[in-house]
Amino acid sequence: MTMSEHTIKAFDADLQDLTRVVAEMGGLAERQVVNSIEALDKRDLALAQRVITDDDKVDALQREIEEKSILTIARRQPMAVDLREIVGALRLSNDLERIGDLAKNIAKRVGALDGDFQPQQVMRGVEHMSDLVLNQIKEVLDSFAHRDSAKALAVWRGDEEIDAVNNSLFRELLTYMMEDPRNISYCIHLLFCAKNIERMGDHATNIAETVYYMVEGHALAEERPKGDTTAVTHVPFRN
Amino acid sequence: MSMASVHSSTPIPSVTHAAADEGALEKKVAVRKLNFFYGGNRALKDINVSLYTKRVTAFIGPSGCGKSTLLRILNRVYDLYPNQRAEGEVLLDGKNILEPGQDLNLLRARVGMVFQKPTPFPMSIYENIAFGVRLYERPPKAELDGRVEQALRRAALWDEVKDKLAANGLSLSGGQQQRLCIARTVAVKPEVILLDEPCSALDPISTAKIEELIDELKDDYTIAIVTHNMQQAARCSDYTAFMYLGELVEFDTTSKMFTTPTDRRTQDYITGRFG
Repeated sequence: MTMSEHTIKAFDADLQDLTRVVAEMGGLAERQVVNSIEALDKRDLALAQRVITDDDKVDALQREIEEKSILTIARRQPMAVDLREIVGALRLSNDLERIGDLAKNIAKRVGALDGDFQPQQVMRGVEHMSDLVLNQIKEVLDSFAHRDSAKALAVWRGDEEIDAVNNSLFRELLTYMMEDPRNISYCIHLLFCAKNIERMGDHATNIAETVYYMVEGHALAEERPKGDTTAVTHVPFRN
Repeated sequence: MSMASVHSSTPIPSVTHAAADEGALEKKVAVRKLNFFYGGNRALKDINVSLYTKRVTAFIGPSGCGKSTLLRILNRVYDLYPNQRAEGEVLLDGKNILEPGQDLNLLRARVGMVFQKPTPFPMSIYENIAFGVRLYERPPKAELDGRVEQALRRAALWDEVKDKLAANGLSLSGGQQQRLCIARTVAVKPEVILLDEPCSALDPISTAKIEELIDELKDDYTIAIVTHNMQQAARCSDYTAFMYLGELVEFDTTSKMFTTPTDRRTQDYITGRFG
């Protein structure tokens, strides 16, 4: 929805500035995820370290968004769509900050992944999942940039596929661990990485809900399709 | 609570904002197909709106949109001026007050009004209130004293003036004068109180006191307030009507109007994007 300008031009400038910082933070969070997965895949400790260091930048942008939002609320007393813009920016920045944290968590595990057992096949599963999540993050940031509630809704519905991949990865890792206890350390680390990626997907759907609310003025009413069954997954031990 | 909104660029008289929930609340005042003319100039166009019993309804809109005009019809203050006429219906408890043969003094006792500029009479604080009461009834002195005190207490002014009731009403500060006017209105025990920008000449503290007062008064009265201060409308009212160019554009619960208005013009106005 394109809005006409405010009578007070500085208000428009405030809101545009806020949107710009959110977009910047989104881009940075996205890059952190890409780098963390690459570091994991290639066991690139230097890259992993950079992800850990750069998390401060994500946090700094979140603080900047909070400060700008509070200042704008105090100075402009926004109503209706303007108020939703600002509340939306605050919520988005929280989710992006969490996505950044999860990328940092993955990067921290890169150093712990060693040993002989490193089947590429499992890593492909993780990569596939991270590709899906990255696409979700990219799409949802797009929906924010264009205030596109239909696109946000598509992202929101798309989380189910990630859950499905996470489930199969979970079973696969469980099987490897059963086959040989020496795999356990590696598999557990990957399991946590997969969980982190799956959580990123959840944050992408949170953002989708926020974008939908910003544009439409009401929360998404339906129940989100949930496909994560790892909490009840059981793989019988074969001897 | 959701209500359908009136948002037609060309007014269709049969369209009202009647919705399922609306029936649940009692209508103290129901305005139906109201048109108003200043000479040949049509200032209000087919207005349909209700004031719900013991609720605060705010009227917002840019200058000249007809909100004060609408308020002035509700107790027929416009009758005091030549060349002004209203067509349609204004039902107070179901009776059309626009019909000829109304006792206008009685009507104005039932529907009290407070104006933008405080208008105390040039007489003592006590007399400012007693004067209005005596217009309608002749209570004994002790009872009148009680009525004056009660009205001043109701208007949150008693503590500030109880020791100087004989002082001239004009000697009070602007905020106190406005509360004196509200006390004067309340003293005649009206059913509806019309507030036409009651705080526009007041400082923030006096404004807050009036707003607090509105909140208390709505336990007993049906209140309509015209205000240019959107935050004030958002703070004080249960329902909000947005008017533009003599039309009622949108009417809904205040919470809906200030968060997710339906009509684009309402949104533009409340977010400061107008014109």
